[in-house]
Amino acid sequence: MSDAVLEMNHVYKKFRRGELYDSLRDLIPALTGGLLKRKSQDQLKEREFWALQDISFQVAHGEALGIIGHNGAGKSTILKHLSGIMKPTKGDIRVNGRLSALIEVGAGFHPDLTGRENIFLNGTILGMSRDEIKRKFDEIVEFSGLEEFIDTPVKRYSSGMYARLGFSVAAHVDPEILIVDEVLSVGDWAFQRKCAEKMNSVIRSGSAVIFVSHNLRAVSSLCSRGILLNHGRIVKMGAAAEVIQHYINEAMEDARVVHEDKDVYVSKVAIRDGNGQALQFEPGHRITVDISVSANTACNKLAVGINFNDRNHYEIFTTSTERLGYETFSLEAGQTRTITFELSLHLARGTYYLGAEVRRYDLNKTFDKKFPAATIFIDTDVDVRGVANLYPVVIGGDLKKVGPIE
Amino acid sequence: MSFFDSIREIVKYRQLLYMIAWRDIRIKYKQSVMGFMWAIFMPMIIISAGILVKYAFSVISGNEMTGKHIASVTVKALPWSFFVASIRFTTSSLVANINLVTKIYFPRAICPISSICSQLFDFVIAATVLVIFLSLMQVGISLQLLWVPVLLLLLISLVIGLGLVLATANLFFRDIKYLVEVILTFGIFFTPVFYEISMFNTPWIKVLLLNPVAPILEALNASVVLHQTPNLPWLLYSAGFAVVGLFAAFAFFRKMEPIFAESI
Repeated sequence: MSDAVLEMNHVYKKFRRGELYDSLRDLIPALTGGLLKRKSQDQLKEREFWALQDISFQVAHGEALGIIGHNGAGKSTILKHLSGIMKPTKGDIRVNGRLSALIEVGAGFHPDLTGRENIFLNGTILGMSRDEIKRKFDEIVEFSGLEEFIDTPVKRYSSGMYARLGFSVAAHVDPEILIVDEVLSVGDWAFQRKCAEKMNSVIRSGSAVIFVSHNLRAVSSLCSRGILLNHGRIVKMGAAAEVIQHYINEAMEDARVVHEDKDVYVSKVAIRDGNGQALQFEPGHRITVDISVSANTACNKLAVGINFNDRNHYEIFTTSTERLGYETFSLEAGQTRTITFELSLHLARGTYYLGAEVRRYDLNKTFDKKFPAATIFIDTDVDVRGVANLYPVVIGGDLKKVGPIE
Repeated sequence: MSFFDSIREIVKYRQLLYMIAWRDIRIKYKQSVMGFMWAIFMPMIIISAGILVKYAFSVISGNEMTGKHIASVTVKALPWSFFVASIRFTTSSLVANINLVTKIYFPRAICPISSICSQLFDFVIAATVLVIFLSLMQVGISLQLLWVPVLLLLLISLVIGLGLVLATANLFFRDIKYLVEVILTFGIFFTPVFYEISMFNTPWIKVLLLNPVAPILEALNASVVLHQTPNLPWLLYSAGFAVVGLFAAFAFFRKMEPIFAESI
């Protein structure tokens, strides 16, 4: 209890759907009603819903907590409560230490001000003192790599430059508690790597980090503990790897929801593998994927497609039974057929998304598409980057191997 | 007490207050050729309008227009234009900083107060010119000038109190912005800027005395131009309005502050 730098105790938050007041007709009863009788806080009025329900957790020094969940699960709402922007409807929040929230890169940048001026403005907004900014100014500029443009108004910057300057300022705040939202994982690969390195060093220096992301790989590599949110509730809390696995399993459960309005639909996608449920593989691993399709109405000339996207959602591989030269098949109403693919993951390390679809090529019609049906992590000590893995070895030039370089 | 808590928090975040005020001053004159000269030109337009009105009065009444008349118009028009600009700017200050309000934690009162600070900057520039102008007009110096800092403080607290309430109201209902705009545009007719209350004898004019800006402007005119003690009971009404308003405004602001981010 005592070493927790950050604590949430049974926090509830109520939100309201739609506009605050749609018209005067809504407003007048709302104002007078509020004066006459105060409704209990526990009750939900019309159009209200719980954005957070009974959220409790603690974070200690030097600990990194990852928060994952679908869009709208309440992740950002939690961050806004931790940073003090919002107050909970019920429950309490304790923060001991200097907290820095990187909810948006370059929050408070003004387009008409120069890079130099914005460093001072943004630094102050993030809680640095003027002297501190002056001291770190050269370092910040160097980190951003924008020396030449530092006296140009930021409205003339490209969005990449803008983000780089914003992150450079944020990276030089020395917080005891760092809150990082998804938005930080914008920018190119090198930029993201800088982000990750910075967070690692913050954790090593003994600060507490709270990290919200959809990038499960980043969460699993940075965080020791994780929280899975769904509809404002904590579904699972524990070791990061466990929580991520739970999330993936859940996503695959969701993929099984029946679409009654579709003639034919993908009813199940499952990866069969020797490691049981683990979806982390070595490059080159041969996996077996079962794709089940079911019909609500009888259909013929069907084909099943499978595809992989990389984490930037570029399609890196796609094929189908028909493209591979297999015959089409028919389904009676209510019938299910499972097509099993076997393929090799000759991929560089990273996160990939597997999708499945059922279609008729002659009519150019896709009946149903399940994406992402599964998330796959490729992990390896061999540092090859990109998408494809060509298994490189150096055989000439007389270089001695000194080990994997991280 | 919420007023002192608020002040303590603002003092803690004074560097942010300074930076946001600095930003507002900076961007106001960015990409403008005239730059800070605008701080002098804008009030000059009000002042010339005032001189024109005074001249019209003198033609109708047959009394000759004197330098004193011109001096009193300038002394009253400048604080009035500060009042108008501050209220206008402050009303939209929270909404204008929506990015900060929804993304960053800081005492929200910094938004309206920094808006007032940036207007104060313009006021100081223009006031410097005014002082030079008045000394050229040889309005003279007396002990009554000691009233000036007190009167300015009253004006500023009046503006802060009103500004906090209006900025909050505008965050919830954007109607406030339009309402304020209309009131400020026609406010000059209900405030003794181009005329003096003493010009009228009808009892109805007493209604004008309820305007809390009026006693401050009249007192400024009395102390700077006429070298008289201001009308104290009347000024006391204004002071009460400013001080009570300031405390009430901070209490109100503090109460509403937690729901700004979700209501904006």
